[in-house]
Amino acid sequence: MSRTVVNAIVNGEPVAFLGGGGQSLLDALRDELRLTGTKEGCGTGDCGACSVIVDGRLVCACLMLAPEAEGKRIETIEGLADNGHLHPLQHQFLEQAALQCGFCTPGLLMASKALLDRNPDPTETEVRYWLAGNICRCTGYDKVVRAVMDAAADLRQEEKPR
Amino acid sequence: MSDGNQPPVDFKVVGQRPIRPDGVDKVTGRAQFGADFHLPGMLTGRIKRSPHAHARIVSIDASAAEKLPGVKAIVTGVDLDVGAGGDIEAGEHAAAMKDVAANVLAGDKVFYQGHAVAAVAATSPEVAAEALDLIVVTYEILPHVIDVDEAMMPGAPVLHDDMYTKGVTPKPAKPSNVAQRHVMGRGDVKAAFASAGVVIEGRYTTAAVHQGYIEPHACVASWGADGQSTIWCSSQGQFLVRAMTARILNLPLSDLKVIPAEIGGGFGGKTTVYLEPVALALSRKCGRPVKLVMSREEVFLASGPTSGASMDIKLAATKDGKITAAEMELRYQAGAFAGSPVNLGCMTAFACYDVENLALVGLDVVSNRPKVAAYRAPGAPMAAFAVESAIDDLARKLDMDPIDLRILNAVKDGAKTVYGATVRYSAFIETLEAVKAHPHYKAKLKPGQARGVAAGFWFNIGGESSAAVHVDEDGGATVVSSNPDIGGSRASMAMMAAETLGLPIERVRCTIADTTSIGFSGSTGGSRVTFATGMAVVEAAQKVVADLKRRAAQTWECDIAHVEWRDGVATCLDPSKNVKPLSMKVLASKSAKTGGPIAAEVSLNAQGAAAGYGVHVCDLEIDAETGRTTVVRYTAAQDVGRAIHPAYVEGQLQGGAAQGVGWALNEEYVYNKQGLLDNASFLDYRMPVASDLPMIDTILVEAKPNPRHPYGAKGVGEVPIVPPLAAVSNAVSALVGKRMTALPLSPVSVLAAMGKG
Repeated sequence: MSRTVVNAIVNGEPVAFLGGGGQSLLDALRDELRLTGTKEGCGTGDCGACSVIVDGRLVCACLMLAPEAEGKRIETIEGLADNGHLHPLQHQFLEQAALQCGFCTPGLLMASKALLDRNPDPTETEVRYWLAGNICRCTGYDKVVRAVMDAAADLRQEEKPR
Repeated sequence: MSDGNQPPVDFKVVGQRPIRPDGVDKVTGRAQFGADFHLPGMLTGRIKRSPHAHARIVSIDASAAEKLPGVKAIVTGVDLDVGAGGDIEAGEHAAAMKDVAANVLAGDKVFYQGHAVAAVAATSPEVAAEALDLIVVTYEILPHVIDVDEAMMPGAPVLHDDMYTKGVTPKPAKPSNVAQRHVMGRGDVKAAFASAGVVIEGRYTTAAVHQGYIEPHACVASWGADGQSTIWCSSQGQFLVRAMTARILNLPLSDLKVIPAEIGGGFGGKTTVYLEPVALALSRKCGRPVKLVMSREEVFLASGPTSGASMDIKLAATKDGKITAAEMELRYQAGAFAGSPVNLGCMTAFACYDVENLALVGLDVVSNRPKVAAYRAPGAPMAAFAVESAIDDLARKLDMDPIDLRILNAVKDGAKTVYGATVRYSAFIETLEAVKAHPHYKAKLKPGQARGVAAGFWFNIGGESSAAVHVDEDGGATVVSSNPDIGGSRASMAMMAAETLGLPIERVRCTIADTTSIGFSGSTGGSRVTFATGMAVVEAAQKVVADLKRRAAQTWECDIAHVEWRDGVATCLDPSKNVKPLSMKVLASKSAKTGGPIAAEVSLNAQGAAAGYGVHVCDLEIDAETGRTTVVRYTAAQDVGRAIHPAYVEGQLQGGAAQGVGWALNEEYVYNKQGLLDNASFLDYRMPVASDLPMIDTILVEAKPNPRHPYGAKGVGEVPIVPPLAAVSNAVSALVGKRMTALPLSPVSVLAAMGKG
């Protein structure tokens, strides 16, 4: 399998890795960069466990080829906290017990971040439809949806001019 | 909610909602799950699987694959050595190890599409995939059978020529697909039916459904040159993985260490082995660590699911609604090998109700499907679907409120179950009353909506557990648990230890130990961890407190009876001593002078797990054009003993309800004429997503804390998947004006019931 050097910005830092063949961005993140926080639940884009943000757009890392990351800005779960300070979404997921096994959680958090980046005040229905691509088998989504709504409120509060 | 009969409780930690100790790792991507582990020199393993539903393996030729550069090891069924076989206790069932081994890698026959036939370990995923293609398996294709009722018919293809139905005398003359016939009952059913005021009958079916954990099975195995091996894997029990893997490869337990990874969901489906013995057999052949990870397709084809069922039910009742007798035959798919949970279906079917006369027959039936695995309250949801549908019919026939009818028939403490246990510490009636008093039950339905109610029961188990509590030198504490944390159990373990020690929760951490670092424990299953392992944690913490009191008495030179332990501080009650209280911090810092490190480990066999009861209410609407059902409001109430961490208890109720709604409305294994699975993906096997569900309200009924547990806990994880099937179906039946009897209630079947098919 021929492989080429791929240069990208991952969580704000320039990285280079070897990518090629049929390798997905997910495999590159996990196997080349050892960023194993992004999970594989299906490999077919149906479960959302591998959700990452590429140039501001929510994608399933399992559906993107690794070489396509060339020159792109990629955000993964490992970059969601800011220098050890949890993002309001992470904080609310913990406060509200919005995770049980925690396997879908990185994907849910990245998908939720992508939502709040574009819609700071989503309705419950908007949250539910936005997260419809992220399967959680443990929680029944109740606490997840509440955590996202409350994190949105926290973020709006933070951004209010004092 | 409390009925006020319990002594007042004044807990500082139990009942609170602290952040779980492993929370930050799980929201930052640091938590290591099964597939996240990496070792130097590690190889990639892949498994070659049967493309046929039923076939004899004529030959396996791996010679071309062996020559491929980068291929380091190939194994087939002959590399396993299960010897005499025997059973291993796996929580809610005993696993027949010959079957588990033949499921892990096939012997001379494959019994379902996806059945593992051979495995390779190679230097890259690409080489491993190429090697799989080079392994030539010659099959003699055999006729197959998928449906459970067809599998029981004369002339059906027989899977195992040594399967003579157990539980039948005399022994049948011919082998069949019925592995076992379970019979239980009591009273005089015939007489009760003869004098019945009302009789209700029905035939019900449910489809096979998968546990649907999002993390596929994954492990890394490393064989040492001295025969000592290590496995890192995601499972519901590191000790179970050790026992099964060692048995299948004929190893002494002391030569195998199993390190539990974080587990990305299991729901019972990770209480067995699929990959671990294969990975270790590969590693043994080549001396390098081997990682095996299933794809989602492999998860659907070759792991789980739980049984589809076919059931006949008949109820007799008085005209006032008292159920006097019931007859039921339950036919459960076991998959390719014996072992469906049909006996548990029989035991649980009427466990909510006090029925004098019962006759239950359960048939464990094999067919060309994957071997079933435990799934949350194994066997109970299907049986409850039939029973709770029949009771709904009875309520309609008598024009009774469905909750009043259930209260009239509900079991009370002291009643005998059909399987011989006496009902104790039950709060089923209180749970029914709590639902009746809830705003949801009183709320008016909008036009086009209907409401369904159903109840459910699960035993909950105790059993063998170990735990340790270590006091750190600075006066904090570490809890060592023996059970993988599948849904927040580190939090409840740490909370119960903190409560017992008198420490703030932030000063107690909890870790999950490998098989060499703590005493034996049964698996994380049977809703047993908070009860049984929690009991071990509390007893270890109590030993630590006793030791701390002894050390304080020694320091003060007073009688230990005069030492009081409260809020993490020892106080001297002897008025003749003028001494300052001693905190845990001070006692810990001086431990070297009072007897050395402060720690305790407890191993026990927990008895007194109390059964749980749930009652669910579901409001829904149906799109008349498409037949799509939408759940618009849902409430789950449950007898929980006492909730240690109420948020995670609510989460169990909500998650169980969501899985049950999926079971009722969407989920099923769909087979084609060739006996091949047509929907082995999350796209086509559709589990509920966020936009499919409303908020799920919960009622935690704490009327009867379990007196056999130090903090009153009952198991809570399994009960909530039992009621939803009928709660949903009863509402759909009300809307379409016809009893729905076959799950899932897909749009097609709902349209057909509405006469629009």
